[in-house]
Amino acid sequence: MTTARAKSNNRLLRIWRHQESRAVIIQIVTMAVVAALIALIARNVVINLAAIGKEFSFGFLSWPAAYDITFSPFIEYTNQSTHLRAAAVGILNTLLVAFCGIVLASILGFTLGILRLSNNWLINRIAYVFVEFVRNVPILIHILAFYSLIVVILPKPKNSKVFFNESFFLSNRGFYVPSPVFESGATIVGVIFIVAVVAALLFRRWARGVQNQTGKIYPVFWISSAIVIGATGIAFLATGMPLSWDVPVLKGFNFKGGMALKPEFLALWIALSYYTACFIAEIVRAGILAVSHGQTEAANAMGLRPNRTLQLIVIPQALRVIVPPLCSQYLNLTKNSSLAIAIGYMDITATIGGISLMQTGKEMETMIIVMGFYLVISLIISAFMNWFNQRIKMTER
Amino acid sequence: MSDRHSTKEYLPGTHPDLPPPVRTTGPIAWARINLLSSPLNILLTILSIGILYLIIPGVVDWVFVNAVWDATDRKDCWAQMDTARDGACWAFIKDSFQLFLYGWYPESERWRPNLCFLLFLLAVVGVLKEKMPGKRKYWLWFAVVFPFLAAWLLLGGLGLPPVSTKQFGGILLTLIIGVAGVAFSLPIGILLALGRRSKLPALRTICVLFIEFIRGVPLITLLFVASTMLTYFLPPGSTFDLLMRVLIMVTLFASAYIAEVVRGGLQGLSSGQYEAADSLGLTYWRAHQLIILPQALKISIPGIINTFIGTYKDSTLVIIIGMLDILGLGRARLNDADWLGLAPELYVFIALFFFICCFSMARYSVSLEKRLETDHRR
Repeated sequence: MTTARAKSNNRLLRIWRHQESRAVIIQIVTMAVVAALIALIARNVVINLAAIGKEFSFGFLSWPAAYDITFSPFIEYTNQSTHLRAAAVGILNTLLVAFCGIVLASILGFTLGILRLSNNWLINRIAYVFVEFVRNVPILIHILAFYSLIVVILPKPKNSKVFFNESFFLSNRGFYVPSPVFESGATIVGVIFIVAVVAALLFRRWARGVQNQTGKIYPVFWISSAIVIGATGIAFLATGMPLSWDVPVLKGFNFKGGMALKPEFLALWIALSYYTACFIAEIVRAGILAVSHGQTEAANAMGLRPNRTLQLIVIPQALRVIVPPLCSQYLNLTKNSSLAIAIGYMDITATIGGISLMQTGKEMETMIIVMGFYLVISLIISAFMNWFNQRIKMTER
Repeated sequence: MSDRHSTKEYLPGTHPDLPPPVRTTGPIAWARINLLSSPLNILLTILSIGILYLIIPGVVDWVFVNAVWDATDRKDCWAQMDTARDGACWAFIKDSFQLFLYGWYPESERWRPNLCFLLFLLAVVGVLKEKMPGKRKYWLWFAVVFPFLAAWLLLGGLGLPPVSTKQFGGILLTLIIGVAGVAFSLPIGILLALGRRSKLPALRTICVLFIEFIRGVPLITLLFVASTMLTYFLPPGSTFDLLMRVLIMVTLFASAYIAEVVRGGLQGLSSGQYEAADSLGLTYWRAHQLIILPQALKISIPGIINTFIGTYKDSTLVIIIGMLDILGLGRARLNDADWLGLAPELYVFIALFFFICCFSMARYSVSLEKRLETDHRR
């Protein structure tokens, strides 16, 4: 009797101790637990929604949104437009601030990173203090403080600060700049510009080929800039300068004409940029320090001039270290732009995830749209990062 | 005949050492090397002195010289200055300080958050410092028990008068969210990292999906989920404290990031370590406990502390779903008729608070890295 039980115990134990069968058991149990959890949540959702008489559908997207969005630079929007259109405005606004933020953050970040490496003690320390102070304070405080700086400290439109011959105005209603107006003939200039860029790229390829064949080096940068700037300039003059500026003018309490950078956009853009720039600065610094000094010395020994050393030896190797964390900073900037809601910049989180959610009570549907949008952006940026990593990977034999 | 010209004869090798030339040591040489080494550097030095000259006197005037520390309200503040708004009105912060610390925590019970904070410091020091009286094991256990002890102290029950989480606020709330997020996300993050590195496909897929989902969306959307729709996921009729829901979301969010950092550490180990553990006949868990994790966690310390700092800073996001942490409470105070529009003072104070917390964590991470450095690097 006892031996039989011991035997069956033994068999179970043996199955458990066998690596492969244990792996199968563990996985089945995990899957079962997860599936049960999902089923439980789904059941709860169905019961809860039925109890308060809501149904799960995306039909609300075609209802009129009935709220105003003051900042919609790309597409037409009135408060009669649908929620779908509000979502589109939100997405475009998110992309706009993310794109502008990435550009400015990169410029600032690379500059700060290089200043951090400067052998000038004073510059180095100033950059260090700035980076450390900004990095260690939450981004939300930067955004709110910057916003209140604009709204409270800057003067009213009537007394706004004026730059460049009365065409740029900075006030608590935002930064008003002249907007370009294209006249007939502008398309020709645009086409010629594109053709010139293509020509410059072709020239660059040809010059590289020649260099590989014969070792002769052309001043590629200067010649291609000459092609692009020269051709576009001549076309611009030849078509009779088809460009004028619409300068903002003060009328009543606010400005008319020109292009307005609203305080919300300005605050979000600049706060996101300098906050992210401080992280980028550290990444750039680490990346450049990661290239060992032996590499520069080797390049010098081969007789490369300093700027060629930087261009051919240091930067390509530093980029390998810089790019992956840089991409995740870009991603962080894009996700942090959702804090727009705190100052009323109408991005996707503020339109669909904020007002539309409150108005329609469709918590689940709106959150799915918002999260889905950010997930897609993340996937695109990571896909780009993987592609770039593959491209610059060290080719080892 | 001066002393300098006296010609004294020395035997070879007996001349006393001369001082180094002025141009190579001392402050002048330092300035030559660090500030004036090239025309560009001279220009940069002049430029930065100019910038500092523009900024520092104004800031010092505003913060210290013209500032008012004691006043009954905003108008009183301005009246005490030579010109109104010339300096900071720190009386605002002073007046609201108790509120900023505890929120609406009942005044008679405030010894409880205070005790909690002391115990928290004790737990932190006990874990971080190596030379503590008593066995290290007990300190670690104390740190593990601390969050539950703190929950009992703060919430009450079991002999203490209960306090609703709606009364929590200010720095107390910031610390609760930050510390809980940090404390609970580390173990979950390690488990997720192990899951992601596991050989079992089902387990791995679940972990990858979870981590990538959380990392792909902003924290604010997760907080929206916590505040608006988490109740739909729960059995009908059950309610759930908002603070608890937020804590869960912040913890999940931080743990996904910790998982990626720890995964980096795990990947940094050579496969020889795994093979060595296997050849000693250690089981999976023993191998990780004794060999893999101590090394992997050591590599990932800078990343983990960075994530902690990030989590702590992100705790401010709760103001968007209407919780009043230090930032939310401060902004609410800005609408107080007595202290209307003192935004600069408020933001400087809060920024300083976060800076002190986060910067000290960052410096600690650097020193820890140095202490744990076991490479024989020269």
